[in-house]
Amino acid sequence: MIRVTKCTNTTRIQAVIIRLAAVVIALVVSALFILMQNHNPLDVYISMITGAWGKWSMLKATIVDTIPLIITSLGVAIAFKMKFWNIGAEGQAIMGAFFANLMVVQFPGLPGPLTIFLMFIAGIVGGALWAFPPAFFKAKYGANETLFTLMMNYIAMRWIKYLASGPWKDPKANGQNRIAILPENTKLPELFDVHVGWIIALALAVMVYIFLNKTKKGYEIAVIGESENTARYAGMNVRQVVISAVMLSGALAGLMGMIQLSAVSGQLTSDIAGGVGFTAITVAWLAQLSAPGIILVSFLFSTLEQGISYIQSDFNIPLASAKVLQALILFFVLGSEFFIQYRVSFKKNMTSTVGKEGK
Amino acid sequence: MDNNVVIELRNITKTFGSVVANKNINFNVRSGEIHSLLGENGSGKSTLMNVLSGIYAPDSGSIFIRGKEVHFNSPKDSIKMGIGMIYQHFKLVDVFTASENIIMGQKGNLFVNKKKLSLQIREISEKFGLDIDLNKKVYNMSVGEKQNLEILKVLYRGAEILILDEPTAVLTPQETKKLFEIMRNMKKSGCAIVMITHKMDEVLEISDRITVLRKGEAVETVDRNSTSAKELINLMVGRPIDLSVKCVPTDKKTPVLKVENLTVYNEDKAKVLHEVSFELSEGEILGVAGVAGSGQKELCEAIAGLYPVAGGEILYKGESLVGKSPRDIINKGISMSFVPEDRLGMGLVPSMDMVDNMILKDYHTQKGILITRTNARKMAEKLVKTLDISTPGVNYPIRLLSGGNIQKVLLGREIESNPKLLITAYPVRGLDIGVSYTIYDLLNEQKKKGVAILYIGEDLDVLLGLCDRIMVICDGKITGIVDPRKATKEMLGLMMTGKSEKDSEGVNNVD
Repeated sequence: MIRVTKCTNTTRIQAVIIRLAAVVIALVVSALFILMQNHNPLDVYISMITGAWGKWSMLKATIVDTIPLIITSLGVAIAFKMKFWNIGAEGQAIMGAFFANLMVVQFPGLPGPLTIFLMFIAGIVGGALWAFPPAFFKAKYGANETLFTLMMNYIAMRWIKYLASGPWKDPKANGQNRIAILPENTKLPELFDVHVGWIIALALAVMVYIFLNKTKKGYEIAVIGESENTARYAGMNVRQVVISAVMLSGALAGLMGMIQLSAVSGQLTSDIAGGVGFTAITVAWLAQLSAPGIILVSFLFSTLEQGISYIQSDFNIPLASAKVLQALILFFVLGSEFFIQYRVSFKKNMTSTVGKEGK
Repeated sequence: MDNNVVIELRNITKTFGSVVANKNINFNVRSGEIHSLLGENGSGKSTLMNVLSGIYAPDSGSIFIRGKEVHFNSPKDSIKMGIGMIYQHFKLVDVFTASENIIMGQKGNLFVNKKKLSLQIREISEKFGLDIDLNKKVYNMSVGEKQNLEILKVLYRGAEILILDEPTAVLTPQETKKLFEIMRNMKKSGCAIVMITHKMDEVLEISDRITVLRKGEAVETVDRNSTSAKELINLMVGRPIDLSVKCVPTDKKTPVLKVENLTVYNEDKAKVLHEVSFELSEGEILGVAGVAGSGQKELCEAIAGLYPVAGGEILYKGESLVGKSPRDIINKGISMSFVPEDRLGMGLVPSMDMVDNMILKDYHTQKGILITRTNARKMAEKLVKTLDISTPGVNYPIRLLSGGNIQKVLLGREIESNPKLLITAYPVRGLDIGVSYTIYDLLNEQKKKGVAILYIGEDLDVLLGLCDRIMVICDGKITGIVDPRKATKEMLGLMMTGKSEKDSEGVNNVD
């Protein structure tokens, strides 16, 4: 007989042990999978680490991937803290990038720094605006935000596709449907060889931490997340807080879109957010919505991604197999959270007198 | 005598984390007896019963049913052994009829032989005096009827051992009498009945034996005939307690709150308050008596600005509160401490600690955008001391505290905010006797300060003792406002079921 009981008194050390155990098990199971492909697991693991951190160029790539993940996860965490399930960060990022691009299109010939500043603001505004409709309908009519934000993603993607095939089609693209590459002077500057997005990400982490833990708005968000009735009882303007917090969540995603556009891709495409909007959900959750945790988890996540893509070329492991490895590791790490919250125990069965009647 | 023992618990221990809910409990029940399990909240009654009904597995100790040791893995196992549990919150499907509820989840053929079934059920209900219309839908039933149905359900499923968890909490005095009649009938036919309660007079009226629990331990099992209320309270609390509730006289009589023809509809557009009118003065406690769900919640929330008002007026010192935001109303010094049935539904934030809960209603008065928690921490620490709140610390999430302590946190905060009008609903629900009296004293102290208090209560004895006037409501209508010095419990009971004051006057005994 297996019994599952909720456990509220798991200590920090126990939690760390459980998570480490999950990683170990993940590595062991993955090793079996690698062995089946006739590779040495140890070599593959070492290669994964090397691929992510081994050389400065590799570490740099990992960091560049970490930046959007941190910013978006912070945004998602704000909404999640309120139990508003914003899974529309992807679309909000795309619209942020779109608004940023719009600045370049509308005001050509402005000096570079000024354009970047306008793009920065536009990215924030674009993301916030795209988060507004679901927030409004949730606050006013109780519409399901999960579906609403999800659907908004697809609208945003299609919108970019439409722009690429019509209004914003690059005349120099030889008939291909794509939007013109941005001029070189709209690229975010670099500091220590990495674009300044990393400073923005770290600064935002500090700000979000203070916002959620030390400000009135942050307190209101936490109360609403716990119980709207209690929030109303305390005299909070629930609608206003919900709408503003979700727009803030969208604004961060939009900013991510702008940064990716300006610093990484230089060209607006429908996959400018590259799925980060969805990965951020996992990251925010794993980090338990804490800002410092998000930095750490984002970095580890990118490390895994980089490592996985490196072993593809290093060992000729096909993409699908590499993805299986990634999935196995995530499966065990995410699954371990269950064992932190619940205890599973095995108990003896009932005595035969009753057991007979039962079976 | 020992042949009659149907349940025996030996050395049952159950812990939750570091909390010992049951410690080496020994307890037995004989057939044909009503055994009361008496204890304050948090003394381990419910845990013990959940062990017996298979919801919890004990950490150690053994359960014997009719002399055989058993291990329950789920409630199913205990049902098989003939144990039936009647919970405080009924487990019935509202849109089903009585008979559908009874047969639901039963093994058997695909098709139900209705005739045979109703014959069986009728037989049981007649035997015990359970008065039920089998074709009535549950949502049309009164609380008493629902309870009868629950009992019928477990009896039909073959229960010979019944456990009733605070069965009278939701009943009027008249319904309670009926229930006791049924319990006596069951006893006559050889059932064993365990009743969990903390109401002294009921224990003395119905039980054969009484086991008193205190802080997770079974202090003593006594025979009804050789004990007294005084002794039981001593055992329960561990020290003698004065059980009279005092109504403190005050002379301030300026009306503070005036409610005129207040009408309120709920979400389903049903009228839940019908033209309610009353006045409340400074230094007065106005009690509200009524069966649960008669509009008490809506009345409180309407005054606090949380419920839309469809008609009528709420005047606070001559100023209308209708249409004002909850925050405006809080700022006027109107405080509501509503303790809902699940305690945490409104008023407190469960996963936050005490400090964060202290600032819930006044955080917005702080300057700037940041929140300082220094004062809140001091206040929380003060409350822990003055109200004797047991918690590992003020930074401990309150959802992990016991019910009584949670309530102390809530009421403590409300009183600390120096209200002018205090609306309090079920402030002692779930509290132990000692603390209940602390709360009554706190309310009386507020009253002496000139605070107007609207007290929504459950225990009629307390209402009669504590209040200056008692307003009785039934189905959202006021059936009368009476003077407690002239009223009786029976009279209030009749008024709670809709009889007017005149019809209920002079009634002392109802059978």
